[in-house]
This record gives sequence, structure tokens and C-alpha cells, in this order.
Amino acid sequence: MTFPRTAPTAGRCAPPPRASRAITSWCPRCFRRARGGRAVSDRGPSIAEHVTAVRARRVRIPDLVSDSLQRISMRNRTLGAFLHVLDEEARARAEALQSRLERGAWPGPLTGVPIAIKDNLCLRGVPTTAASRLLAGYRPPYTATAVARLLDAGAVIVGKTNLDEFAMGSSSEQGAFGPVRNPLDPQRVAGGSSGGSAAAVAAGMALGALGSDTGGSVRQPAAFCGLVGLKPHYGTVSRYGLIAFASSLDIIGPLARSVDDCARLWRVIAGRDRWDATSRDAEDRDPEGGRSLAELRLGVPRDWVGGRIEAPVREAFERFCAHLAARGAELVPVTLPDTEAGLACYHLLADAEAASNLARYDGVRYGSRAPEAGTLAALYRRTRGRGFGGEVRRRILLGTYVLRAGAYDRYYRRALRARDAIRAAFDQVLAGLDAVLTPMTPTRPFRLGTHLRDPLRMYASDRFAVMPNLTGWPALTFPITKPEARLPIGGQLCGGPHSEVRLLRLAAMLQGGGAA
Amino acid sequence: MISPDAARKRDGADGMEVVIGLELHAQLRTRTKLFCACRAEFGARPNRHLCPICLGLPGALPVVNRRAVALGVRAALALGAQVRPRSAWARKHYFYPDLPKGYQITQYEEPLAVGGVVDLPRVEGSERVELERLHLEEDAGRLLHSTRASASSEAVGSRVDFNRCGVPLIEIVTRPDLRSAPAAGSCMRRVKQILEHAGVSAGRLEQGGLRCDANVSLRRRGRTVPAVRSEIKNLNSYRHLVRALEAETRRQRAMMRRGARLVSATLLWDERAGAVRMMRSKEEMADYRYLPEPDLPPLRLPPDWVARIGADLGETPDARRARWEQELGVRRADAERLSADLALADYFDALVRCGADPQRGADFLLSELLAWRGRGEEGGFPLAPDAVAELLRLQRERSVSARLTKQVLAEMVRTGTRAERLLARSRWQPIRDPKQVRAWVVDVFRAHPRLVAELAAGRDALLRFFVGEVMKRSAGRADPQRVRELLAQELRQWASADREGER
Repeated sequence: MTFPRTAPTAGRCAPPPRASRAITSWCPRCFRRARGGRAVSDRGPSIAEHVTAVRARRVRIPDLVSDSLQRISMRNRTLGAFLHVLDEEARARAEALQSRLERGAWPGPLTGVPIAIKDNLCLRGVPTTAASRLLAGYRPPYTATAVARLLDAGAVIVGKTNLDEFAMGSSSEQGAFGPVRNPLDPQRVAGGSSGGSAAAVAAGMALGALGSDTGGSVRQPAAFCGLVGLKPHYGTVSRYGLIAFASSLDIIGPLARSVDDCARLWRVIAGRDRWDATSRDAEDRDPEGGRSLAELRLGVPRDWVGGRIEAPVREAFERFCAHLAARGAELVPVTLPDTEAGLACYHLLADAEAASNLARYDGVRYGSRAPEAGTLAALYRRTRGRGFGGEVRRRILLGTYVLRAGAYDRYYRRALRARDAIRAAFDQVLAGLDAVLTPMTPTRPFRLGTHLRDPLRMYASDRFAVMPNLTGWPALTFPITKPEARLPIGGQLCGGPHSEVRLLRLAAMLQGGGAA
Repeated sequence: MISPDAARKRDGADGMEVVIGLELHAQLRTRTKLFCACRAEFGARPNRHLCPICLGLPGALPVVNRRAVALGVRAALALGAQVRPRSAWARKHYFYPDLPKGYQITQYEEPLAVGGVVDLPRVEGSERVELERLHLEEDAGRLLHSTRASASSEAVGSRVDFNRCGVPLIEIVTRPDLRSAPAAGSCMRRVKQILEHAGVSAGRLEQGGLRCDANVSLRRRGRTVPAVRSEIKNLNSYRHLVRALEAETRRQRAMMRRGARLVSATLLWDERAGAVRMMRSKEEMADYRYLPEPDLPPLRLPPDWVARIGADLGETPDARRARWEQELGVRRADAERLSADLALADYFDALVRCGADPQRGADFLLSELLAWRGRGEEGGFPLAPDAVAELLRLQRERSVSARLTKQVLAEMVRTGTRAERLLARSRWQPIRDPKQVRAWVVDVFRAHPRLVAELAAGRDALLRFFVGEVMKRSAGRADPQRVRELLAQELRQWASADREGER
């Protein structure tokens, strides 16, 4: 597989290459703000720059990791991005990696890169709570495969990030241990459920992060924080060690500040795992690549954009489309399944599977067990009633209802058929197109608390996001606003089966305004 | 099929017939559990064999044990079922501490196999029980309750041992073809035999190797409308099954006679109380909220793979029994006893192969050798079939008494010496010396003069008695042939002396 790379730089404190200027204005050699360059924010180098500098011994891993940890300590109290910071462990690992490096070893493609991982991913011996009171203090005896692969590639895990409880939510306000705030405007949400991961990367606390995407939970927060977020093809990243929400929809995905960074993370974690029976190898279905903007055909669902969508988002999206059209891309109007139907289908399936996957949280073997329960029934009621937050309880009840003996055919089975229909519709639409282009979210990042009273309003935030989870095919978000914009707005590319490489190429192309 | 008269007798005077169906759960003989690599071993210390998967830790996922599927397929073939080329896993939800995930992974809408038969041999003919389906599922853990009475320094309460959790089970569902409690017991026994014979069954009943849930109802004979059913759960011995079914049948009959309405119920058998106990009523019937298992793809079993698994299944116990009866002339009752037990059956076949006479071999095996079972390696027989065959041959050739043979057998086990050598020793030689034997015979005659007269008068049945008496006096060592000869001689002499005396 090949994917877009930024050109290597030469010369001391030279201005960074054109393609990456939008994201960073750091000198790749000394990581100081380039003279004359406009600092957008204090965010640090790209993964490629980091790895190159480390390998060339221009910078030391402990220094870079220390830098991340310092940013965390400075801003985490306000932003709430991390639930658990691995300060000592990360420093120790950085030293160990540096020694290995100095002895001539090269651990892997992510050597010394500070990465944050969502707190629904198991890391052996480290508190893993899924932002739930029920799992407060739980330390798993094993590490998730995706995380293990990062470690094998030489990454340094700096901490576990905050999320909506059990990954159920679109704002990261519904975790049991406090909300996540958007680094670009702390009065606003960072998105959810992988809000902590998005905030960590946007605030320069890590160079990349892993989140999980069931109904947009990687892409929506990535968009709210001005990042690139990838939802890979279902099954191409092992779910072993990911605390399950909806088994047929969950997938782990990377968040990063550039398409290239995102691609590098994905490459390390993707691939079949014998401990996940639904996993499979990723494929490159775009071997020729190398198209220019003028050769592109992108589908745009007009009725999605015409629907209930915030004016600034619509304007930004239309501007972006016009910009592309001016450069020769062909934007084809297409009709996709109704987003309301998609949301309903998604919720029926996801909540049913969630009710099932969360049945194991009873306090018997691990987690916080309610004390003084005289009977078994009381033990279950109290442990789960008190341990689970409101949103989780709501979804479990819904999901249980849907699976009842009398209701299964009416709801769950029907939702399965709807899912097949959605997949067929997408398949038809994508024929002859490079990808489908949509806004990522119907609104800009909203203020904290505004969507909490109305669950349906919160759910509607995922209107454009859930379809790729239902089809199982890749989708990617990238900023369509300038970095200087006050609040970022993201666009979404949806592709066919195993189209990650194509989508990554397209995103790089579209961002760079045509430079391949 | 049994005769209508026998059916009427069995069903009872009220014309109601008992309808029983069984759901049997057999543990499969694998090294590891169904969805993880933990050992599936009985008797380890509690919670020894655990991993994130079978403990239901957050983030753990199941992966299928191929060997378990193969054994399940083999079990299905051994029971004459049709293995479905595609079958799928499902989640069955309920909350209980021995079920870590809050659901059991089983097969619901698409089981591993359908159909199959179990033949229950009867004195005249056999009864055929058809099977509905077979499927794979994982076992749950074990709960151990300690009450104040049994607790030592441990707190009162319940504890869970998850060693058994995740062990592969095959569930076998019969059609409601059984018509009596003993038939049900016989069916359960038969299924265990067949599974052991196929090499798929793990563990003995006491270890939970085979468990049974039974459904029982009463209906008017001739009707096909299903009546209200009771389900008795978790019976793990043939005896409990039969007793529980009899008790429940009595209870249902009594209620019907009173005119009371029967309610569908789930019951448990309390062996100590000797009664069934209500577990759930119809209103509380569990809704398992079945969901197709999203973590596991469907099982696709290529027909040639399935065929290869069943290729070496060989003779079913039924076919074996038929062969013994028809080809070897073994009595039916003996053939049944022998075929009931795989080890016994194999031993018998080996005996015959070593040249033993089939019926005598069967008799000897069932009467004498069975007592020595368990003393050998791995709980088997302490003597090799050829050694026993030799003993039998020599017994016949040299006319060794049964009692002596028994003593020789014991000596063979004790010292490991072959029969030929033992019988060569004077200690084990049958006593043939006419003088000695005559002395015993005369002694017996003197002790029972009146019986001698009867024997002389023609009551030949008494011969056995006299032979026995002589054998007693000889401590079993007299040669029975010689004894009979001399008895005859002495009898003639006595008769003539008597006549002379009369003259």
C-alpha cells in the first residue's frame, strides 16, 4: 500500500512545505516555530516529521514525550481530555526506546510517537473505565490487539482519553467522570464519543489517537476539532480488547492532524487477528491511484444538504464544493437513503446489540459491585442501576425492548433488512464515482449542555455519520475550513468496500487544492 | 413397537398416555473450551482454567474451537442425524452468576444437525425414538453454596467456579416419542452409549458429563393435540430421571382426576425429598431474547469434511448386538448387557477373536470377570483377553470345575501367571484319582441315603446336587467328569447291593 507523503524538507529552519503549512508551521528539524511562519496553534510536528527527526537523532524521544506530557498537565484540567495519564510509564518507555535506538535498533514506524488511546480500549494493568462508574478502578489483565500493534511499532502511549460512557453519545458530555471541552473553544463540546481522543490531538497532547466509531464516534469529534478521522472497513481492525458497544458496527479508527498521520496509524493497526473472528485483512482497492482533481467524480446527496443543517455548515460546504468544481472536479447530485431512516435503523441495531453486550456488567467478577445487596436480584438492580449513567440505561432499555420475544421480528429483523437496503443503495450510487462527499455534521461544535436535554437532538448530530457504519465501508472526515477559522467544519468522504486508500488519497488531494 | 395390550397396561386405566421428550446435554471430549484456549478439564482447583474470553471480561471475543465442531458433527452422525452445511450461532440471554457474559452462545434458528434416531431395545423388538435436532453450545460455571451448617471459617454465601464455563456441549433434543419413565431412562442411557462409542463423550455422569431436561405431559391416547407440559430441569442420573418423571406423572394424573387445571411449569427434582419442586410458573417463563451472534460468522461445513469425520464411526451398538445374536448365537439378554458398555463390548469381541466360545465367554465375562473390573490399568480389566480365552479353553478341555476356575482366575490376577502354567501345578490340578473321588462319593451317599434311593429310582435332577456335594468335599478340586463317572458307578453298585440286600 502507498499513501500520500509530505515532501522531505531540507535546510535549517526552512519554511515547511506547502502541503503541510495548513496544519503546522513548525520547523521539522528543531521543532521551533518557523521564523515568519504563522503559528496556528501549539500543536507540534507531524508523525512523519517526528519519526524522521528521531531516526536522524536530531531530537530525543524523552524530550518529545516530555513535551506531550507537559501540554497534558497544562491543559487537561480544563479540557478533560484524559481520564488517566501514563506519566511515569511514558517517560520510562521513552528512555527505553531511546536506548534501543542508540544501540542501533529501529523498533518500528511509530517509534517514539506519543499516542493517546480511548478509555474503552484495554491496556494491561492500566485503569480502563469506558467512562463508567461501573468500571471505576478496573484494570484489564490483557491489552487490546490494536493497542499492542501500536506498541510493537514503537509508539508511546501517553494516556487513556475521556469519552461518552460506553461510547454511547455524540458530545463526550455523558461520561461519569466529567465532560471533554473543545480545545478550540472550551465552551463547546469536542464531539463524541471519542471526544477525549480528538481534544488530545487538537491540543497537541499527542500526535495521534485511537478512537472507536460505531455511529460516527471517530469522525464527528475529529470534525469538531479540525482533525482527520478515519473509519476503516468493518473488521479490518481487530475488536479484541475494545469494550464492545454494538458488535456489528464497532470499529477502531485513528484521529490525527493530517491525512498522512492518519494513514500511518491505520497501517499499523489494520489486519486480521486470530482473536477476532470477524476480522479480516485490509485491502488496497485503488492500486492505480494518481488521478488529478480534474478527473474526479464525487457524488453529493442534495437532499441531505438541503435538510436541517446549520447555515454556517451549509455555506462552508457549498463554498468547498464550488472550490472543487472550479478546479475541474465533477460534482454529481445523487440520492441516498433518508437520514432519518438511517438513524432509526442504526439505533435499533446498535441499542439491541448494546443491551446484549452490556449484560455482562453485573459486578460479580469485576467492576464496582453494589454493597449490601441481600438477594441476587437486588445485586443486579443496584449494581447496574447505580453503575450505569442515564444514556446507557436508556439504550439498554430500548435494546432489551427490541429483542423481546414479541418484538424481534417487528424491529430487529426489519432493521437488518433496512440495513441491507441501505448497503444496496450506496453500492448503486457509488458505481462510477470516486466517492460520496457530504458534510460531516449538521452543525458546528455546539455549546456544552445544549443537546443534553433532548436525546433525539443529540442523536440527530450523527445523521450523516451512521450510514457508513451500516454499510460497513470506509468513511473519512477532513477539515474543509481554513485552520484560522474560529470553529472547524469537517467534510466526509464515503467510499465502497476497502476504499481507505482511495479516500485517503482523495482527502489529501482535496485539502491541498489539487496538489497530488 | 409394543402391543396395544401392553400399551394399555402401561398407560393406566384412565386411558391417558404419558408423553415425554428429552433435551440431553453432553459434554464433548475436547482438550480446550468451545470459544477459547483454556483447558476443559474436570476436577481442577476452582477458577484454575480461566481467560478473558470465558470469564466475560470487557472487550473479549469468542473464537470457535474447530475440534469441538468436529466432535459435534461426529456425534450427530453417530446418532444418524443430517448435518446442515450452514449453521449459525445465537445469544441466549439471562442473568445468573454462573453465566459471565449475561448470555450463553448457543445455536437457535440454525442448529448443527437435524433428525436422527435412537433405538431402545426391548424384549420383543425395539422402540424407536426420533430426534428433533442437535446443536452446539457452551456450558456455564458452577455455583457452590455454603450455608451456616457447612461453613467452616468461610463466610456464608455462594461462590462461583468458572472452570466449566465455556466447555463445549452438544444438546440433543428428542421428539416427544417416549411413553414411559423407564423408556426415558433407557433413552438417556442409550445416547450416552452411542456418544461414548463414537468417542465424543467426555466424563462420567457424576462429573456432569451428561445432563437431561425432560418434558412430560398427559394426553388421551389417540389424540395428537399437545397437552399442558411440565419441564423438569437438570437431571444428571438415569435413576433421578426415571424417579422424577414417575413422580411428575403421578402428580399430573392426580390433578387431572381432581379436575384441577394444569399449568405449564418448570420444575426441579429434589432427590432427598423425593419430589418435584416448582421453579417457574408460566407467567415467569424466561424470555431469552435470542439474537444472532454478531461476533461469530456462520459455520460452513463442507460435505466432504463432514463425511470424513463420520467415515470411521464403524459399528453402532445396535449393529454389534445384532451381530452377536445372529452370528455368534449369544443370548439376547447377555448381548444387551455387553453392548451397554463400550469397554465390555470391546473386551468381549477380543475374547471371541482369541478363540473363546462366544456364549461361554459372555457368561464368564458377565459373571466372573466383571468382579475384577477396575483393578486393571486405567480402570480396565486386569487380564488380557487372550489369557482369559486360554483359561476358558483349558477349562473345557480338562474339565475344570467352575469353582476351581474361579480360584485359578484369582491366582492369575494376583500373580500374573498364565492359566496353562497354573493348572500344571498340582495345587490346581483337578483331582481325578478314582480312589479319592470314590471315597468322597461314598461319603456323600452315606450322608443322604434317602436321596440316593430317589436318584436310583430315576430322579435325575438330583444328580446336580450330588455332584455339588462331592465338589464341596473336594474343595472344588475334583474333576467334574470323573465325579460323574464315579457317581454313576457307585450308584449302580449301590442299586445292586440294595437289591441283593432286598433279596
